[in-house]
Amino acid sequence: MVKRDIRIPVSQQPLVVDKPKDTSTIGGMVSIQINEKKVSVPFGTTILEACKQNQIHIPTLCHHPDLCIAGVCRICVVDVEGMRTLQTACSFPVTTPIRINTSTPMVRKARRHIIDLLLSEHYGECYSCFRNGNCELQALAKEYGVDGYTFGHTDKPGREVDKSSASVIRDMSKCVLCKRCVRTCIDLQEVGVLEAIDRGHETHIGTFLDKPLADVICINCGQCINRCPTAALRANDPSDEIWNAIDNPKKHVIIQTAPSPRAAIGEEFGVEPGHSFTGELNTALRRIGFDKVFDTNFTADLTIIEEGTELLNRLKKVIVDKDESVKLPQFTSCSPGWVKFIEHFYPEYLDYLSTAKSPQQMFGAIMKTFYAKEAGIDPADIVTVALMPCAAKKFECNRPEMTASGYKDIDYGLTTREMAKMIKEAGIHLPEMPKSHFDEPFGDASGAGLIFGATGGVMEAALRTVYELVTGREVPFDNLVIEPCRGFDGVKQASVKLEKCVEKFKFLEGVELKFVVAHGTANAKKVMEMLRRGELNDVHFVEIMACPGGCLGGGGQPIPTNIDIRKKRAEAIYEEEKSLPVRKSHENPHINYIYEKFLTEGPCGHLSHKLLHTHYTKRGKYIS
Amino acid sequence: MLVLEKNALSDEIESFVNQYGNDRASLLQILQAIQRKHKYVSDFAQQEVARLLNIHPVEVYSVITFYSFLCTQPKGRNIVRLCRTISCDMAGKDAVEDAVKRELGISFGETTKDKRITLEYTNCLGMCDQGPAMLVNEKVYTHLDPETAVNILNEIK
Ligand code: SF4
Ligand code: SF4
Ligand code: SF4
Ligand code: FES
Ligand code: FES
Repeated sequence: MVKRDIRIPVSQQPLVVDKPKDTSTIGGMVSIQINEKKVSVPFGTTILEACKQNQIHIPTLCHHPDLCIAGVCRICVVDVEGMRTLQTACSFPVTTPIRINTSTPMVRKARRHIIDLLLSEHYGECYSCFRNGNCELQALAKEYGVDGYTFGHTDKPGREVDKSSASVIRDMSKCVLCKRCVRTCIDLQEVGVLEAIDRGHETHIGTFLDKPLADVICINCGQCINRCPTAALRANDPSDEIWNAIDNPKKHVIIQTAPSPRAAIGEEFGVEPGHSFTGELNTALRRIGFDKVFDTNFTADLTIIEEGTELLNRLKKVIVDKDESVKLPQFTSCSPGWVKFIEHFYPEYLDYLSTAKSPQQMFGAIMKTFYAKEAGIDPADIVTVALMPCAAKKFECNRPEMTASGYKDIDYGLTTREMAKMIKEAGIHLPEMPKSHFDEPFGDASGAGLIFGATGGVMEAALRTVYELVTGREVPFDNLVIEPCRGFDGVKQASVKLEKCVEKFKFLEGVELKFVVAHGTANAKKVMEMLRRGELNDVHFVEIMACPGGCLGGGGQPIPTNIDIRKKRAEAIYEEEKSLPVRKSHENPHINYIYEKFLTEGPCGHLSHKLLHTHYTKRGKYIS
Repeated sequence: MLVLEKNALSDEIESFVNQYGNDRASLLQILQAIQRKHKYVSDFAQQEVARLLNIHPVEVYSVITFYSFLCTQPKGRNIVRLCRTISCDMAGKDAVEDAVKRELGISFGETTKDKRITLEYTNCLGMCDQGPAMLVNEKVYTHLDPETAVNILNEIK
């Protein structure tokens, strides 16, 4: 049974016909004719799918492979013989032998009219627009030879731009009402911030009570940006400020790069998805003028040590001290979208969240304290930039509590898309750059930090370290690859048995360490409901990433993003990690150095607590 | 809003939900019930409905803004809606409109100071052959002229 969308009333649900499991049964395949071509497709295939399988192009706008069918834009209309009106290919399931024409004069005229009507209300010029060259509306206009405005063209913005959010900017004058963002926010992420407001000509996409985005329960995941076909949604771009800092000789500008942008930025330069450009990016960033280029994976390793130690401390308090105030399972806290999600929707469970900061924020805190001292630079002159796959990181670095160093720990969060734009602005074609390494003293990171980028990665990295700390042996998985953590299932569960523990962790002897991994907040919600029902009582550790696929599918990644592209990016990350000499966080020599020189009380000590751990806010979801 | 008021409102909405069902298909009926009782659906009421139907507040808001007869701000005790569609327009709606405005001292979209009447426009009421037509709360008046319209308004409490 195909999962029906309960959000849409039955009367308005698009007709989705389940495909037969076994297409060899009678009626399992239906013979249809598309233009001159006779083909046979499984019963229930949509016309759009059938055309795609046969290399016949149908334009789409409201359709997105990650989302449920909407059928609202009508750009995909085709002629089905015998039908009085044109039919939408994306929502028409084939159940009987039909003849379809995809390019009759009527079809072409209808499509052209739809585009002309959209353009009549579309405010803005392509050359001053961030989607120029990567815009579905622009592409359609080109495809259908729009050479004038049949129904006029507005020269006034229809609505004010909502710049309230630290992460997402909404410019509804460019919106084509495809409702992809609505379906993303409600169905894919189950946050439910956006819907169509008002009726007829007044219709617009808005929030509850039409409030600014910053005042509602948006978790800043940016998934809506990635699915918007136009520039109506975009991330809050700090690149001008960063250029200013680079151009200011007094400022020492540091950039850290996360693994996911490195595995995806090539797409912005026309490279097929699935290639990492870590070394090339380092060179490009130095040429742009960054003073130091560091690897976020270094603090990902630090996160593992801190978060892993916190887990072991919690286990001890629960098992040995029988302390009932200590909560298990411990939830990861490195995804700022997820953190805001739990703050809004499950504030009563905040004690389950690890207090460890995300790698991004740990990096900032270390830069403006330890690094500043070692390098002899006044932290006031250090500008920290974080290249992230994420829109929520922009919100995170602006949280008031993220000033442990006495300064704003991270000054700017930059997305993959914005980074690509800066590189292009500097006249650099990334794939042609020679490779180079990160800067010292944080030049090397382990592979454990690298795989943070894919869903399950944090869990895998943590297990490699925790298991070894507890038992003194490597995790019992071939080549350190903890297979149950990998893959794109929404919620994954598995366990490892802790045996022959070292003296210090004897209390864990025989314990079956159980863990759960989920990605996308819709799945996070499922896990939280399991927790509420008491189904996670025997689980110890839960990893949650707000974005589908984990960071590699983040809201700051190149557009488009879909399941195939997410898979390719994951492959690129796992491929890169195989080649690294150190693949366990606790074996990273720089980590040991920092605990020797700076965080001398060890993981979860006083200084760690001050710099590397944080606290959360009970936000709740009621808006007044 | 006081906590006590909030609790009372929550209880009331819960009883509507029990009456009409907690399915999302019951949303409209529940909203209409709240609107009938309070003349508007407050921010808090919208969020309570969302909670009880397990949907998002913005979806409730979306439905309310779609329908003209549901609103999110308090209005007058009586709502007078004058048809502005073409048949009524040609039958003399403008004269009625001016008279009504003069009589109440407010324009359309506004509420009298004593909260007695809110003036609004509506589109066709299906009384095109008997225009100009006007809706007072749930009652339709037809064949209006300025004088009868003003008399009708003056009779409203
Ligand atoms: S959203 Fe697309 S069509 Fe509109 S101005 Fe930008 S690039 Fe052009
Ligand atoms: S950023 Fe995420 S939570 Fe916010 S509106 Fe977009 S999809 Fe919804
Ligand atoms: S904001 Fe973008 S995704 Fe949302 S409806 Fe408008 S064009 Fe579509
Ligand atoms: S793509 Fe088919 S209706 Fe929008
Ligand atoms: S035009 Fe006024 S009732 Fe139809």
